[in-house]
Amino acid sequence: MVPQVPQSADIVRVLPEILWCGFGVLLMLFQPYQKNRQALTLLAMLGTALGTLSTFFGKGGSGFFGLIQFDTFSLFFHWLLGLVAFLVILAADSYLERENLDPAEFYALILFATAGMGVLASAQELLTAFIGLEMSSISSYILAGYRRDSVKSSESAVKYFLLGSFATAFFLYGIALVYGVTGSTNLAEIANADPTSNLLRLGLALMLVGLGFKVAAAPFQIWTPDVYEGAPTPVTALFAAGPKAATFALLLRIFTTIHAATDFWFWAFWILAVVTMFVGNLGAIVQTNVKRMLAYSSIAHAGYTLVAFAAVTFLKGDPENGPWPAYAAILFYLLGYALVKVGAFTIVSEIGGTGERHLTLDDFAGLGTRQPFAAAAMSVFLLSLLGLPITAGFFGKFYVFKAAINSKLIWLAVLMAVNSVIGAYYYLRVIVVMYMREHKGELPADIAGSLSPTASMVVAVAVAATIYLGLFPNHILGIVLSQNLFASR
Amino acid sequence: MSAVLVIFFILAGLAVFGAVALIVQSHPIHSALSLILVMLCLAGLYLLMGAEFVAAVQIIVYGGAVMVLFVFVIMLLNAGEEERTNFSKLASFAGVPLALALAGLIAAAIARSTVHMPAATTGELTSTRELSKLLFSQFVYPFELTSFLILVAILGAIVLAQRERH
Repeated sequence: MVPQVPQSADIVRVLPEILWCGFGVLLMLFQPYQKNRQALTLLAMLGTALGTLSTFFGKGGSGFFGLIQFDTFSLFFHWLLGLVAFLVILAADSYLERENLDPAEFYALILFATAGMGVLASAQELLTAFIGLEMSSISSYILAGYRRDSVKSSESAVKYFLLGSFATAFFLYGIALVYGVTGSTNLAEIANADPTSNLLRLGLALMLVGLGFKVAAAPFQIWTPDVYEGAPTPVTALFAAGPKAATFALLLRIFTTIHAATDFWFWAFWILAVVTMFVGNLGAIVQTNVKRMLAYSSIAHAGYTLVAFAAVTFLKGDPENGPWPAYAAILFYLLGYALVKVGAFTIVSEIGGTGERHLTLDDFAGLGTRQPFAAAAMSVFLLSLLGLPITAGFFGKFYVFKAAINSKLIWLAVLMAVNSVIGAYYYLRVIVVMYMREHKGELPADIAGSLSPTASMVVAVAVAATIYLGLFPNHILGIVLSQNLFASR
Repeated sequence: MSAVLVIFFILAGLAVFGAVALIVQSHPIHSALSLILVMLCLAGLYLLMGAEFVAAVQIIVYGGAVMVLFVFVIMLLNAGEEERTNFSKLASFAGVPLALALAGLIAAAIARSTVHMPAATTGELTSTRELSKLLFSQFVYPFELTSFLILVAILGAIVLAQRERH
C-alpha cells in the first residue's frame, strides 16, 4: 500500500477550519501580553471573517481521500456558522466587560467550537464527524460554565457535560455498529450496504439518538432549558444557532446519502417532529423567564425543522422536483432562525444587567418607552419566530409547510399549524408586555440604560437580515435550491 | 469451544462484572478499582483480536495514566462514602426494564445478523505499522483535528480551574 499524502487542494478545502483554529491559538498566545479587551475582540472577529471568506478559495469536490466534501451545502453552512460566530463575538464584547470575564479564552473557545461545527458541516465520514462534534461540544461545555462565580452557570456546564457525554456515547455506539455491518465509516460506502440489515438500522437509530440530543429534539431535550438559562447569554445565542445548525447539517448529509436511513428514519422523524413541537411550545407557555422561554422556543423550532426532514423521504420519490425543495426549506429555515436567535439573545443579554438578574417578563415591561430600539428589534425577532410575513421566519415556515403538503403529510402540516398558533400566545405576550404594561416599582439602575454600541450593531444586523430574508427570500433560495447542492460548485 | 472463545467469554464476563460493580459500589475508590478491571479486560479482548497496539495503548493510557489520575483525585478530595439518594420512581420502574430491553434488542440484532465483522477477521490492518500508515496518510485530517480537541480540553481545564483573579 502506497501511503497517500494530502494535496494542497485538500488543504484549501479545510482552510476555514485551519484559520478558525489558527486564530484561536493566536488569541491564546496573545492573552498574557494583550490586556486590551477590544483588541482581542477585533482579532477574534478578524479570524472569524477571514476563515469565512476563505471558503471562496476552495474548489468543490471531496478532500482528504473522501473524508470531507466541499460543496454548496458545506459552503452555505460555513457562511452561516461564520456569521453566527462573528455576531456572537461582537455581542460578547460588552458582556465580558460587564461580567468581568477573561476575553481571550472565551473567544478562543468560540473559534474552536466554530471550527468543530465547520467540520460537522463538511464531514463525509463518521469518525471525522465525531471529532468535529466533540470539538464543538467540549468547547460548548466549557463556555456554558464560563461564569464561574455563578451557581447556575456551573450547573449548566455540569448538566450539559454529563448528558452530552451520554448522548455522544450513543452516537459512537451507532457508528461502531454501522462499521460492523458495512466495514466502513465513509458515508458513500455505507450507502452501498444492504439497507434491510437490522444491525445497520439499529446503528442508524443510535446515531439519531445522539444527534437528536444535540439538536434538542424531544424526548432528548431535557437539558435544554437549564443549560440555555445558566450559560452566559452570548453563549446561549451561540448554542441556539451554531451547534444546532451544524448538527442538522450532519443529520441531513447522513440522511440523504444513506438510503437505509431515508426510509428507516421517516417515522422516527415524524414522531420526533410532533413530540418536539408540542413539548417546546407547551413548555414555553408557562415560562415567566424570557431566557427560558426562548430556550423552549428553540426546542419547538427544532421540531419545525424535523417536519421538513420527514418530508424529504416522500419527495425523494417525486420525479418532478425531487427532494431539493425540502433541503432548501431546511437550509433557509436554519439561516433565518439562527439570525433571529442571535439577535433575540443579544437583547436578553443586555436587558439582563450585571449578573443576569433581570430576565423575567416583568423586567421587559415598559421596554417600548424606555428603549424603543431594543423593543422594536425584539418585536421583529419574536414575529419572525412566530412566522409573520416580511420576516425570515415567515418564508422559513412557509417552505417547510409547503414541503410537508407536497409530500402528502397533511397531518404533520396540520399539527405544525396548531403549534404555530400555540406559539403565537407566548411570542405576542412578550410584545404586549413590552409595549402595553408599565414597569412596576423602582427601575433598577443597571437596566435603565440603552444597548451598548456593539450589541446595537449585532441587533441591527440581525434585524436587517431578518427583514431582508423576509422580503427577498429568492436571493438565498437561488443558492440553496439547486440540484447540485451536494455536488461541487 | 475453542480456546480463543473460552478466553473471550472469561474476559467479556469479567468486563461486564467490573462495569456493573463500578456503578453499584458506593465508595469511589472501589469504583475506580472496578474500572481498572474493565480496562484490563478490554485490553485482553483487543489482544485476542490481534490488535496489539490498541491493547498496549489501552493499558498504558487508560489502565496506567488515567487511572492514576482518578485515584489521585479521589485521594486529594478525600472523597468518602457516597450518599445514596432515593431513585426517582420513574428510574426504578421504567429505567431498569427499558435499559434491559435496549440491551436485549442490540444483542438480538447482533446475534441474528449474517454479516461478518470485517475488522476482527483481518490481523493485517490492526498491526502497529499499518495503523500508523493509515493515521498519517488517509486519516491525517481527523488525526490533526484530535490535537485541537485535546487543546480545547486543556484550555477548558485551565479556564474552569484557574484561581479567581481580582
